[in-house]
Amino acid sequence: MKPFSYIPNTEQDRAQMLSSLKLSGVAELFADIPASFRLDQPMNLPPAASEWELMKELKELAGRNVHVEDAVSFLGAGAYHHFIPSVVDAVIGRSEFYSAYTPYQPEISQGILQAIFEYQTLIANLLGMEVSNASVYDGATALGEAALMACSHTRRNRVLVARTVNPDHRAVLATYAAGQSIAVTEIAMTALQLSLPDLERELSDDTAAVIIQYPNFFGTIEDVREIASRAHARGALLIVSAYPIALGLLEAPGSLGADIAVAEGQSLGNSLSFGGPYLGVMATTSALLRRLPGRIAGQTKDRDGRRGFVLTLQAREQHIRREKASSNICSNQALNALAASVYLSCMGPNGLREVARQNLVKAHYAAARFTAAGAELAVAGSYFNEFVLRLGPARDRIVSALAAEGVYFGLPLGRHYPELGEHVLVAVTEVMAKGAIDHTAERLEALL
Amino acid sequence: MSRQTTDYPLIFERSVAGRMGYSLPELDVPDVDADQLLRQDYLRAAAPPLPEVSEVDLIRHYTGLSKRNHGVDSGFYPLGSCTMKYNPKRNEAAARLPGFALIHPCQPEQSVQGALELLYRLQTYLAEITGMDAVSLQPAAGAAGEWTGLMMIRAYHEQRGEHRTKVIVPDSAHGTNPASAAMAGFTTVTIRSDERGAVDLDALRSAVGSDTAALMLTNPSTLGLFEENIVEIAAIVHAAGGLLYYDGANANAILGYARPGDMGFDVVHLNLHKTFATPHGGGGPGAGPVGVKASLLPYLPVPTVAKRPDGTFYLDEQRPHSIGKVKSFYGNFGILVRAYAYIRTMGPDGLKRVAEDAVLNANYMLRRLAPHYHVPFDRICKHEFVLSGKSFKAHGVKTLDIAKRILDFGYHPPTIYFPLNVEEALMIEPTESESRETLDAFVDVMIRIAREAQETPDIVKLAPHETVIDRLDETAAARNPILRHIAEQ
Repeated sequence: MKPFSYIPNTEQDRAQMLSSLKLSGVAELFADIPASFRLDQPMNLPPAASEWELMKELKELAGRNVHVEDAVSFLGAGAYHHFIPSVVDAVIGRSEFYSAYTPYQPEISQGILQAIFEYQTLIANLLGMEVSNASVYDGATALGEAALMACSHTRRNRVLVARTVNPDHRAVLATYAAGQSIAVTEIAMTALQLSLPDLERELSDDTAAVIIQYPNFFGTIEDVREIASRAHARGALLIVSAYPIALGLLEAPGSLGADIAVAEGQSLGNSLSFGGPYLGVMATTSALLRRLPGRIAGQTKDRDGRRGFVLTLQAREQHIRREKASSNICSNQALNALAASVYLSCMGPNGLREVARQNLVKAHYAAARFTAAGAELAVAGSYFNEFVLRLGPARDRIVSALAAEGVYFGLPLGRHYPELGEHVLVAVTEVMAKGAIDHTAERLEALL
Repeated sequence: MSRQTTDYPLIFERSVAGRMGYSLPELDVPDVDADQLLRQDYLRAAAPPLPEVSEVDLIRHYTGLSKRNHGVDSGFYPLGSCTMKYNPKRNEAAARLPGFALIHPCQPEQSVQGALELLYRLQTYLAEITGMDAVSLQPAAGAAGEWTGLMMIRAYHEQRGEHRTKVIVPDSAHGTNPASAAMAGFTTVTIRSDERGAVDLDALRSAVGSDTAALMLTNPSTLGLFEENIVEIAAIVHAAGGLLYYDGANANAILGYARPGDMGFDVVHLNLHKTFATPHGGGGPGAGPVGVKASLLPYLPVPTVAKRPDGTFYLDEQRPHSIGKVKSFYGNFGILVRAYAYIRTMGPDGLKRVAEDAVLNANYMLRRLAPHYHVPFDRICKHEFVLSGKSFKAHGVKTLDIAKRILDFGYHPPTIYFPLNVEEALMIEPTESESRETLDAFVDVMIRIAREAQETPDIVKLAPHETVIDRLDETAAARNPILRHIAEQ
């Protein structure tokens, strides 16, 4: 039998082990599987590939994708191309971290436990919240979990979600809500911002939470303070889904009245990777701590007073509470959270502010160039690094023509916002060179 | 490792104002102050309190932390139920290819054909491995897969105008099963196991009815035992109009030998981070694809990856009966690349070898340990087995003490106190990626600890002795939670 590099037992090992079990062959180990459906033929899969063949095949598949460094990409919409310092991969590439599991035995898992504790601190500090969990799957599921938290805390079962929240995130929220028979009401928008009169009309005594995004899906900055005070006046919680990079400059959601702050954490040192794995950031107030789902690390002492870290408050979790748990989640995105920690520690307060500032200034420079080229800025409000342009009825032709030249000129809107059928959502980050913006503006002018 | 004499500093305690770990290009467009572009009251009043460290400080900090952590690459990790097998390095290299790591999920379809083809092939492979008709790669973890599968079951019954509210779960199931059922809006009915550790058929017969939505079955069970009455179980549930959900957390044990689809199951999830060797990452990211039979195909989450007659691939969002979206974008792509690489490396024969050696290794260890530990269910096991430490209670030694003593020998202990239906449980899963020498050395340590528990129990009760830190006060941690570092003024 052909040996496999991940399976050390030789034929001789197997024979000796079987003989110690008084068995004549491995088939006897599977005798408890009823013969009626024991698989009697090989699975229909391609034959094993050597490492060389495998990598050749994968490089061929990867080579049929255009990656963002070989293109000029103005794509954002929930996933952002930011610079990732080399230290991030140097740390998450250490197999003591990536080949470990959830730290069930704290004495030999202090590394990941302390890393989670530091992550919780970094996130709480960035979002201006009191407590953070160890992360959930992604920004969209964090939003769903936050809605469930709010409903169980307020004992109300209706949430209001701004139509300016990422449509993908709203779709995931709808699936979470469907499972729990929670009513989700969308709040209309005016000028790409949540409409305050519509919010006021929908707020009622059964509203568990108001959910907004900051900056919103279109890059526009909502009036979080005002929305918070209106939600709170009706006894509803405010859930804010924030863009972590923007918080290098923008006021923290916790300082604006958020009761639960969530985020898609990808932009913090995680590669685009075609949509995942990312991490769902989740932070809240002390009052809501025991409703928070997922793993949480806490500081404690050993028998001799040494500082150490453990998973804590596990009475909330599925392995103890089973069907009464605050969530079914049993993992966190530990390695992605580690990447986020390394990124934030590497950037520090000054680096994060500088990244945020470059995003802001470059986006405004690009918007000025594109409008000068003939596109129209959809609204003039405050935006961070993303904005909506109206290209007119020729939008699809222009976007396709630019894509053919290796310029991904933003996300065409319309599928989720029929009224924006002539518009694109454009993102500009610190990795976008001035030359690429200028070139795109020239091409845009020619195509419009 | 030896005991730490001073506390390992936090990254915040290494911070010195003015130190810098980053390097950014100069702004190449005309500079404008932020308050010229944004309303003043939108700007942050104070910079976020983040550490200021040099790159050297940063790397030493995390390298030090990594040394305080045990991974599969550090040594044997027989954590039952978690399948801590080796994580191949070529898979890590594959996921980091720029054509995979640096593609944006909203790029035009023509620019990501390679990624879509990989996903399409992986869907096809997993459908073949499980014997199902279609697979969704979206769920981010096993528990997310359970919830996704249950939401599809709910949609299936609703579509047929049936109001079925109950999900039956055996008492040996993972806690995620009942929690996922609750999240999908079902109530859980727990049924007991019989004296052989199998589903009690009489209990099942009396539990099913016109309100039964599904049975969730982990097979092999968390006791490491194959459900011998699987044919009867399937018949009982289907006869009542319920669907069969297969928790494939333990699929490692049956690869190439049996397929949930052939056993009559309607839905199955797989944990790619268990059976398909993707790293556990210290707690994640994982991936929990879900396979279904044709009757549930309309309900799969959107999007699915589909192929056109001209051979191109696309994301199919137009599925009117879909349960909707369960995650951003298309699943944990980076994890899916690794699983694809694993399946291509092993091929059909290699995957079957995985099951054989995982099961052989477990039975070999069980036989060697049986004279020294109580074996609650003494029969041929699959990829893992459960021991009980109850015989040492007379000496004041608990299973927790045994686990802590194992740490002194440089191993990760087995899973303890799970499954819940075994007193003082110790659950051991060696996986196929361990050699006989490793198994023997670990068994020798377990036998030594069994002897110590009887002859010198204090050495076990006071363990661990060799780790950087002693047992931690978990009660104090929960009573007065300290969940972040607060800098002293």
